[in-house]
Amino acid sequence: MLKTIAISAVAALGLSAGAAFAAGKAGEVKDVDFSFEGPFGTFDQAQLQRGLQVYTEICAGCHGLQYVPLRTLGDEGGPHFSEEEVIAYSEQFEVWDPELLDGEGDFRPAVPTDHFPASAIRNAPDLSLMAKARAGFSGPAGSGINQLVKGMGGPEYIYSLLTSYTGEEKEEAGTIFYENKAFPGGWIAMAPPLYGEDVEFADGHENDLSHISKDVAAFLTWTAEPKLMARKQAGLTAVIFLTILSVLLYLTNKRIWAPIKGKKNS
Amino acid sequence: MGGIPHDHYEPKAGWEKGLAKRLPIVGLLYDTLMIPTPKNLNWMWIWGIVLTFCLALQIITGIVLVMHYTPHVDHAFASVEHIMRNVNGGHMLRYLHQNGASLFFVAVYAHIFRGLYYGSYKAPREITWIIGMLIYLLMMGTAFMGYVLPWGQMSFWGATVITGLFGAIPFIGEPIQTWLLGGPAVDNATLNRFFSLHYLLPFVIAALVALHIWAFHTTGNNNPTGVEVRRGSKAEAEKDTVPFWPYFVIKDLFALAVILAVFFAIVGFMPNYLGHPDNYIEANPLATPAHIVPEWYFLPFYAILRAFTDEVWIVQFAGFVTGGIIDAKFFGVLAMFGAIAVMALAPWLDTSSVRSGRYRPMFKWWFWLLVIDFMVLMWVGAMPAEEPFNTISLIASTYWFVYFLVILPLLGVIEKPLPQPDTIEEDFNDHYGKSAEPAE
Repeated sequence: MLKTIAISAVAALGLSAGAAFAAGKAGEVKDVDFSFEGPFGTFDQAQLQRGLQVYTEICAGCHGLQYVPLRTLGDEGGPHFSEEEVIAYSEQFEVWDPELLDGEGDFRPAVPTDHFPASAIRNAPDLSLMAKARAGFSGPAGSGINQLVKGMGGPEYIYSLLTSYTGEEKEEAGTIFYENKAFPGGWIAMAPPLYGEDVEFADGHENDLSHISKDVAAFLTWTAEPKLMARKQAGLTAVIFLTILSVLLYLTNKRIWAPIKGKKNS
Repeated sequence: MGGIPHDHYEPKAGWEKGLAKRLPIVGLLYDTLMIPTPKNLNWMWIWGIVLTFCLALQIITGIVLVMHYTPHVDHAFASVEHIMRNVNGGHMLRYLHQNGASLFFVAVYAHIFRGLYYGSYKAPREITWIIGMLIYLLMMGTAFMGYVLPWGQMSFWGATVITGLFGAIPFIGEPIQTWLLGGPAVDNATLNRFFSLHYLLPFVIAALVALHIWAFHTTGNNNPTGVEVRRGSKAEAEKDTVPFWPYFVIKDLFALAVILAVFFAIVGFMPNYLGHPDNYIEANPLATPAHIVPEWYFLPFYAILRAFTDEVWIVQFAGFVTGGIIDAKFFGVLAMFGAIAVMALAPWLDTSSVRSGRYRPMFKWWFWLLVIDFMVLMWVGAMPAEEPFNTISLIASTYWFVYFLVILPLLGVIEKPLPQPDTIEEDFNDHYGKSAEPAE
């Protein structure tokens, strides 16, 4: 049996390493501790709310969150705003409604059942799933071990990207590129979006570059994985239940086989 | 079911007799559940239950997922996100289905290598083995097509690369590729047919599983000694076996519960660990990902596919002999399918009269080397196509073929096997001491 377990373990490690490796030449991703790491980690509601503010005031200028329904801002296990707050927040976005004006269509203020708008600029990728799409940049040597042990993944990548601009610029074919140590290849078309103190939080929370980058990375983790907390809870319940079941089945099995096996004589 | 002598179902009450005359289904279930099973089966014999469970899990979660999924290039990716965000429990269903595929392949590889070690493929179980190989091929096809359905970047580019393999077939390749894709490139027609087949094939697999079980219930299970159950009389058979229920059902369920605890930990705590991050980017035919890498369970054969480049002499030789019809790409495709074909032919390539690797001192070493080889291929399959990985994958691929085509036939001739126990009972008693009374 030990042999089997060993083989499975080796196999599991080997394979995952493969999956993680494929992500390409990594930039330098810093390890950040987030509240939602590990089997028992949970989202920090206040942090998600701050992250939403950073997103709304800065990122949303170019980027969208087209897969995220606005009403989920009120969900438990997320920013958990009140219904009124979600309605008020939604109204700032204009959405195209093809049913208005007798089918001609017109813009109207968004309601909670609408989604966040898509990216305003064609070249700005949608951020809904970015925290999962960029989860593979963790080393060492792309083995994915840091992802497993330190919980490094997409949010760390986002944090690193926002904090790793060097200030260098270059122009290539009419486009300005900015040097960024976290970005694969080292040069990114996105100008530094955050410098620190770009937003003011109502509760006076710290707003230096590192803090707001962390907040927005946490928020984008929630947009990518809104059911993270429910999932972990379901997983934990299942593991506990199955562990108890295993013990019971082990004892049952032992008892059933006892008369067949007789007493061990060696 | 034939085979090992044992008690059969006797209808007692009037209605039982009436039912048995019209439809002997209770007898069939009884014979299936009470089949005499070698009592020395070890923990490597639990994977069958795990596999059956996986098939059921994938079919059940899959049927529910289909209720919310939209197979259209414009909507597929968004509909998966809809499942993840809006469908009640949808995120769990989807993660169970996604990671269920990985569990399925962990189990199938363990199951296959168990068969290779204990010689389960040898006479009279060749048909069980062949059906198993067909199931494995269908599993790969099903998993591949299922991976295309979320319509992420890896879905699209994986589909492009793999269907491109068929284009490598000389003369008829391109029409075949077009026919498979339903057009000149991977597009909506491809997504729709993959969706259709992804729904169909699991039921074909289920039918083959029934045949697989039927076949080995007829021959009886193999066991770690490879020695057959005595069949002279019921009393004799009972010394070597115990009924499947409850002895192995409970044992297998225990193993399944332990494995599922690990499985649910992965689903609950790191459901994307085995997946590819790029698949959370919607498919874009204009942007090729830096590395196109299949899911882990395809990596060994993907490595074999890529191992045979232009620089390998055997590829050049094949090209020369066939006047250039077999190029490196086609050679790779042949090698990949050949790798599975030689495994399927193991019953006829293995010349040894001894079934179990336990009593084959030389075979053991080659076998474990094959296991390591498999791991190496899996690792190298995920690496970029450059040195030193090319050389490593070429060596590892070569060993895969050498094992089946040279070592297995040769060992039967040169190896001197160790003495085997006369009976399963003897082996069992060596482990546990003599049992007081035979079962029942």
